[in-house]
Amino acid sequence: MAADLGTYLYAIAREPVPPCPEGLTGVAGEPVRTVAGSGLVAYVGTVPLDRFGEEPLRRSMEDLDWLGATARAHDRVVAAVAASAPTAPVRLVTVYSGDEQVRDLLEERRAEFLDVLARVAGREEWGVKAYAEPVAETPEPKAANSGASSPGTAYLKRRQAGLHERERVWREAGARAMEIHRALSGIAVAGRLHRAQDPQLSGRRDWMVLNGAYLVDRDRAGEFRRAVDRLRGRGLQVELTGPWAPYSFAVLEEGRHGVA
Amino acid sequence: MTSEPARPGFLGSQPYGSGREPANLGDILERVLDRGVIIAGDIRVNLLDIELLTIKLRLIIASVDTARELGINWWEHDPWLSGRDRGLAEENRLLRRRLAELEGTEPEQVEPARAEPEEAELERGDDGR
Repeated sequence: MAADLGTYLYAIAREPVPPCPEGLTGVAGEPVRTVAGSGLVAYVGTVPLDRFGEEPLRRSMEDLDWLGATARAHDRVVAAVAASAPTAPVRLVTVYSGDEQVRDLLEERRAEFLDVLARVAGREEWGVKAYAEPVAETPEPKAANSGASSPGTAYLKRRQAGLHERERVWREAGARAMEIHRALSGIAVAGRLHRAQDPQLSGRRDWMVLNGAYLVDRDRAGEFRRAVDRLRGRGLQVELTGPWAPYSFAVLEEGRHGVA
Repeated sequence: MTSEPARPGFLGSQPYGSGREPANLGDILERVLDRGVIIAGDIRVNLLDIELLTIKLRLIIASVDTARELGINWWEHDPWLSGRDRGLAEENRLLRRRLAELEGTEPEQVEPARAEPEEAELERGDDGR
């Protein structure tokens, strides 16, 4: 019943690749396998369309438990592949009607995939985030030193001072974040700055002033980690994650190509 | 597959899993949804207009009730989401003017330039997104 099944695409690598690890399972608990073509290898799984079709996905994507479990499963496959070969991770829930369509894709976009894979070969992505302590918007009134003004003016002055202070702290933290970014970019092959995560997503109330991703040669990973350690403190909390598959550096030239 | 088998050749000399810094769900979602190779599959997941999805995602994470309380456009007013604290600067400017009126003086011309190099650079990660 081919009509009820789809081919879920996790990642793309270059031939030759080591055999697909036994027991590696994907987003639907299915065994991960490979589809080869045009000198490339796609890591895929066969998924039921009653769960990975358009309508079911529209509903499931809004279910955080489902989304979380699926994202973790997807990343687990991508990470396993990336540990064995240069890998281009593919975005979550990229589903084709069959293996033949995946082979067509490998043929059509071959040059672009090869470019990406050459760029990430022998390298890993590290994530570095930095947080600043948030500053209250309106400071407590200071001892009656604004006695000359009316209470309204005093309030406005205080409010303005609070805003000034917030701006100052934010600017300093931002400058410090850029110092960190520059220092780490010196060790990395490439660095990318991403939008700060929403506090709900980061799970922290602190201001995220740096959300960087760094592509680092595998043999410089230790050096990179030590550099991060040295950059800690001085008013910012620095958080390191990774190594990741090169998600931030596997962007195709025409990144939006074909996207509705 | 709870324990990663130490498969030489597959996992390499530096096995993933061990030695990997802890990643929270936000870090994973950010990567699998917003980065990597973005190509259209045969299954058209229209909601994967990423802006819409991340907004949706925030609403999900904030929980439906919280989102309702916050109102549908709350992220537009969050300086950390809208990129820069434009609102803050604007309020500061208005306060300065009001204060000057009250004190009968000219407002100071000390508005900081908003497009400082480091700030512009900080936003660069969203290029083409």
